Amino acid sequence: MLLASARKLRSLGIIGMNQRNFGLISRYNPRHLYPLVDDKLKTKLLAQEAGVTVPKLLGIVQYQHDVKLLKEILRPHDQFVIKPVKGSGGKGILVITEHDHSLYFKPSGDSIQLVEIERHVSNILSGLHSLGGKPDTVMIESLIQLDPVFSDYSYEGIPDIRIIVFRGYPIMAMLRLTTHVSDGKANLHQGAVGVGIDIGSGKALHAVQYGKSISHHPDTRKTFSELTVPHWDKLLQLAAACYEMTGLGYLGADLVLDRDQGPMIIELNARPGLAIQVANFSGLAPRVAAIEALKTIDPDPKLRAAFSKTHFAADVDIPSNRQLRTRSDDP
Amino acid sequence: MHAKLRLYILVILIMGFGIGLILYKHFALGFPLLPDDKKAVWTIEARIDFAARGDPVIVSFALPPKTSDIIFMKEDFASPDYGFSEVTSPTGRRAEWSKRTANGPQTAYYRLSLYETEQIVPAQLTDDLPTEPEKPEFDEVIKTAAITLLEQVHSKSANTEIFTRELITTLNSKAPSQNQSLLLNEKSSEDYKTHLIINLLAMEGISARIVRGLYLEDGRRRQSLINFVEVYIGGQWLLFNQNTGVHGKPENFLIWQRGDQSLLDVVGGKNSQISFAIIKNVHSTRNLVVSDGMNKQAGLVDFSIYSLPIEQQNAFKMILLLPIGALIVVIMRLLIGIRTSGTFMPILIALALIQTTLLTGIIIFLTVVGIGLLIRSYLSRLNLLFVARISAVIIVVIAIIASISIISNKLGLDQAMTVTFFPMIILSWTIERMSVLWEEDGPREVLIQGSGSLLTAVIAYLFMTNQTVEYLTFNFPELMLVNLALILILGQYTGYRLSELYRFHSLERRNASGKR
Repeated sequence: MLLASARKLRSLGIIGMNQRNFGLISRYNPRHLYPLVDDKLKTKLLAQEAGVTVPKLLGIVQYQHDVKLLKEILRPHDQFVIKPVKGSGGKGILVITEHDHSLYFKPSGDSIQLVEIERHVSNILSGLHSLGGKPDTVMIESLIQLDPVFSDYSYEGIPDIRIIVFRGYPIMAMLRLTTHVSDGKANLHQGAVGVGIDIGSGKALHAVQYGKSISHHPDTRKTFSELTVPHWDKLLQLAAACYEMTGLGYLGADLVLDRDQGPMIIELNARPGLAIQVANFSGLAPRVAAIEALKTIDPDPKLRAAFSKTHFAADVDIPSNRQLRTRSDDP
Repeated sequence: MHAKLRLYILVILIMGFGIGLILYKHFALGFPLLPDDKKAVWTIEARIDFAARGDPVIVSFALPPKTSDIIFMKEDFASPDYGFSEVTSPTGRRAEWSKRTANGPQTAYYRLSLYETEQIVPAQLTDDLPTEPEKPEFDEVIKTAAITLLEQVHSKSANTEIFTRELITTLNSKAPSQNQSLLLNEKSSEDYKTHLIINLLAMEGISARIVRGLYLEDGRRRQSLINFVEVYIGGQWLLFNQNTGVHGKPENFLIWQRGDQSLLDVVGGKNSQISFAIIKNVHSTRNLVVSDGMNKQAGLVDFSIYSLPIEQQNAFKMILLLPIGALIVVIMRLLIGIRTSGTFMPILIALALIQTTLLTGIIIFLTVVGIGLLIRSYLSRLNLLFVARISAVIIVVIAIIASISIISNKLGLDQAMTVTFFPMIILSWTIERMSVLWEEDGPREVLIQGSGSLLTAVIAYLFMTNQTVEYLTFNFPELMLVNLALILILGQYTGYRLSELYRFHSLERRNASGKR
């Protein structure tokens, strides 16, 4: 069967795009809060104020005529990441792992010249990667060092952990592993592997690539069954804290594990996608409903993370018939 | 919950208003709901000839009464050098031509264009009451014959209607009895017969009057009016064919005059003659209704797109199709889940396709975008700023379009000349977007979004070129309200998109296998 039956999907609690847009994003995410997450500089500031670890900011390029200063900005750093401040979906991110001040090397080993970096920067400035093509700012961040736990599971890139946080409670998590086809990017559209992570333990549940189940990493051939994300409690707490930081009721927190600095937040997303359901082989709706049923939101992120850990662990059966309905189903 | 209720009320209001207007225009103003609805328009020309004697001349001519089931589109009164006036009296309208002196043969024309509406024939006017029938004065012989005949007919009939019919058929019977022959006289002209019937009915105390009318048949010339008898039975006037006794108004029969007034009076002339010519034309019902509405200054027609100059009307024909395209895009994106490059780009492509025809349009589109992508990939190597690059792409697109036009002209391919209808800025944006998409997400995504856009555009095109859709959107702009209401409802749809049933189908299979 090529198509699933809608009733079956509903009974599994799968949330579709329309329901996400209507029942989650427009209901729980006030528009005026979007800039907090759409602008990565603001997010970074917010996170720093909240005491959350973020990748170090190495420099900013705001105007076209500053592009020629780029070489000086980059000089002291061996490794760095160039990002559009208002980019979305990992667009326009350029990672340089080493350079000799004339040739710059990408994780794949391809070398590019400074002019190409400059062009990339001016593309970003003119809004090529930003939402709606608005003029943008370029930020240069320190490169995250791959945690050895993931060295067997990623190819030419840093995996990140997407945690869906609903009203402050982490409800679903997915590890995104870079592959050769994804060009070192942790983007599922481009062929990165999505691994559903058990909220209760940080253990890998299932993995998908291009929407199809796989059992091992396509490049490193390592099976996922032994994979456990370390610092899981900390990651959950960081994600939960994003609720206070932004005020967004439905958000996707993208976290990474740095070899030296541990868990940190790299990006927040006010419109997180739905592929996480496929990676987890379960729907968001029962968990959303469980949180919606709560009378009060616990003000302490740590307690919320603990709540999620006990309630949304893989071996806990959440769905009851009533809870399969989210509020947006209500007439 | 509250907001939802409000929205539903709004939707119902908008939809009700839209549908109400459509129904009003259909039923009250007579707008047909389908484009190929045609109506026969009859043009009747009455020609009055007479010889003037050199004295003042007054020609008075009875005009057909205006009734609600017949719409007079146009009336012309033509007669050179004559003064003209239209007189309305209780007995009906009359046309009056007059001249101080006239000599020799004279001609006056009256031309009338009319069509019948589909309205049910309205109840007869209550003030159209009969006068007390006047007992005729026959000489003794004829009176006896009449009484005998009436008694004979009376015995065979149960009510007035049957009596009238029987009387007429008996008078017309092929083997007339002595009485009938006597009554009908040798010189039984149509008028004589009509008056005889009316007189005989009067003897029975039944009110009747003469009705003159015209059979509408295409291409007829030199026609004259046909006499009918209208009998007042049971509170209403019933029309009888005086030669057959059949009751009811025949199809395509125009009642010209009721009552015994003269059809034509000529003062100061002789040998007056009148003849009718009839022509039938077929017009689209819509045009008739619109012009009628304009004449009557019906607000809904007068304050509508029809009051604009034709050029603007044509522009609106196009503009009013846009909401249909928008609806298609909403359905494709929200219900089907097709990804398009640029939300409303498909509509603009569809608009261009309307001008170029489908196949040519698609070929041109693919050619322009294809060549554009190639050139754009070269431009990206030139290290240009974004705005400069997209401007360069615009110029490139214009150059491509110009070359396609010129080459196709040289090759004699006229269709490809329509390339200019493609919105160039939009094409440039499409090329730019697609090439960025190509760089970032790979050719697969370009193919998905490109074909999604094209598919949506083609579907929108098919709807927008549908004759019925085009007709409805232009003639019932109220449909926009219905469309709006539909889009508002679709905006509430939170179910799965068709594409998501595919996207999540692996989940179903796994969960069905009973692991959890």
